[in-house]
Amino acid sequence: MLTYVVRRLLLLIPTLFFVAVVTFALAHAAPGSPFDKNPDRPLPAATIERLERLYGVDRPLHEQFLLYLGNLARFDLGSSLVRDRSVAEIIGSQLPVSAQLGIQALLLALAVALPLGVISALRQNTAVDHASMVLATVGTTIPSFVIAILAIYVFAVHLRLIPIVGWGTPKHMILPTVVLSLGAMAFLTRMTRASMLEAIRQDYVRTARAKGLPEQVVIVGHVLKNALIPVATVVGPATAGLITGSFIVESIFNVPGIGREFVLSITRRDYPLIMGVYLLYAFLIALANLAVDIVYAALDPRIKAA
Amino acid sequence: MPEQRSLWRDAVYRLARNRAALAGLSVIAVAALVAILAPLIAPYDPSDSFTNAGRQAPTLAEPLWGDQRYVDPRYVLGTDVLGRDILSRLIWGARVSMIVGFVPVAMILAVGTTIGMVAGYYGGWVDQLLMRITDVVYAFPDLLFLVIVMATLRNTAFGEILGGLVLMFVALAIVSWVGMARLVRGQVLSLKHREFVEAARAIGVPARRIMLRHLFPNALAPVIVSVAFAIPSAMLAEATLGFLGIGVRPPTATWGVMTNEGFQVFSTSPWPVLLPAFCIGIVMLSFTFLGDGLRDALDPRMKV
Repeated sequence: MLTYVVRRLLLLIPTLFFVAVVTFALAHAAPGSPFDKNPDRPLPAATIERLERLYGVDRPLHEQFLLYLGNLARFDLGSSLVRDRSVAEIIGSQLPVSAQLGIQALLLALAVALPLGVISALRQNTAVDHASMVLATVGTTIPSFVIAILAIYVFAVHLRLIPIVGWGTPKHMILPTVVLSLGAMAFLTRMTRASMLEAIRQDYVRTARAKGLPEQVVIVGHVLKNALIPVATVVGPATAGLITGSFIVESIFNVPGIGREFVLSITRRDYPLIMGVYLLYAFLIALANLAVDIVYAALDPRIKAA
Repeated sequence: MPEQRSLWRDAVYRLARNRAALAGLSVIAVAALVAILAPLIAPYDPSDSFTNAGRQAPTLAEPLWGDQRYVDPRYVLGTDVLGRDILSRLIWGARVSMIVGFVPVAMILAVGTTIGMVAGYYGGWVDQLLMRITDVVYAFPDLLFLVIVMATLRNTAFGEILGGLVLMFVALAIVSWVGMARLVRGQVLSLKHREFVEAARAIGVPARRIMLRHLFPNALAPVIVSVAFAIPSAMLAEATLGFLGIGVRPPTATWGVMTNEGFQVFSTSPWPVLLPAFCIGIVMLSFTFLGDGLRDALDPRMKV
């Protein structure tokens, strides 16, 4: 088990290295310098030169990249070209907001999806089942920004129940959390239902029923226990979806998190910030998948470090 | 003797009985028709700005908004913030959506099936290379990759071809061909030791012909299903990028760009953003219904 964990952790390194290479290449292929923002009042050439030297953007690309990697190894992500702070500081100050939003959304998704999936599997082809499948289809199909727009229109503009955008009070958090969680919720509901239906048909369930166990014991002890293992594996992709979905939701609802910062940094051509946030996202997603694989291996003895 | 039905006839029969799939197919057919006929059916030029008619409410929604001042019967679905006819923009936007849906998926199909088939059939270094590339590409979160590609390269010469569409095609193809290649590879691996392939090889059929005539048709079912899901996800990528303001360049009318522009005046006039958002939602839903229907029809065992 330990060797499995260590091996998976080591595999993260080449992955992140490639992410860094591609991100670096793209950021530098972009035309224009971050210092020529205002075409009406161009900076003097000497100033630009000094700024470029200060931030190291005048050196050859491979040198810049090696420098970047070296700093990366020391968790130094450089400083923002636009704001007077280091990338690590910006991430540090805004990550908690995104983390809170993401964790709330994940918990909400699990809290709704697990019971709903179980109930619709047990009551297959009833109204409950059909309703939850409609929800699951809509949630996985309709893009989150479309749902966000409709939700803002209905609840904030039309009914005036909650503030349109912003962050801080619980009232602000309702819409972004719900909208962000919908995709994962729908996905997990679908998986839970399918997995339950699969488990119910197994021979050991028939055996359990045949030897006269009460239905509740069969469902909880035999069906549920086995049905939740595959569901645990898709929590990883679902979390990845929450992370990448967060920048759209944060931008729409103006949540001061890392996702909105990412979108802003793109329009400002703030390369170190773009790269830092993108690396962070890739790292978090890889970590989420790793955690799930480990949990999976621990839960299911059949998997044993394959 | 009972009537014999081929696998494909059987699938068509099963699909025809699936009402949700048929509804999805009809919506897609209508959207495709609208996209093809855009220049003929759009009442106005999508970029023409009727400045004296800035932001008119949809005629159909008159009872909802009530205020006569903002309703102009010439613009059935109203006008946007720049006074452009929303109906015409939606019609031309359908065209962009269809192009974005089909062109990159055709690229993915061509590249992915070829490499997948070669990797699966020959194995060896092609297969090894494919697997390593897969590891790397899977590490990139799709949407984030599209976002940084569009954000960084859309102002280059290449990114400006067709208002950024070509760059988007290439970026979409780069993140998606691997999935297709993996799928085809897996199919080929499970097929290549079957008797009909061995028989073909035994009588000296060249490898190229085995792949095209024996392996490809038999691997087609899951490929069709995955194409049915790849098309809407490409459209969604365009819409999302457009909404974030880094998609196809204005003034090209696309549903994504329209949601972006409409969202800025959302609280005072919701229709410029609600209408394209509605179109995106309906088309996405239709493709899901069709994709689910195709999956059930082509491979009943895959049913979830």
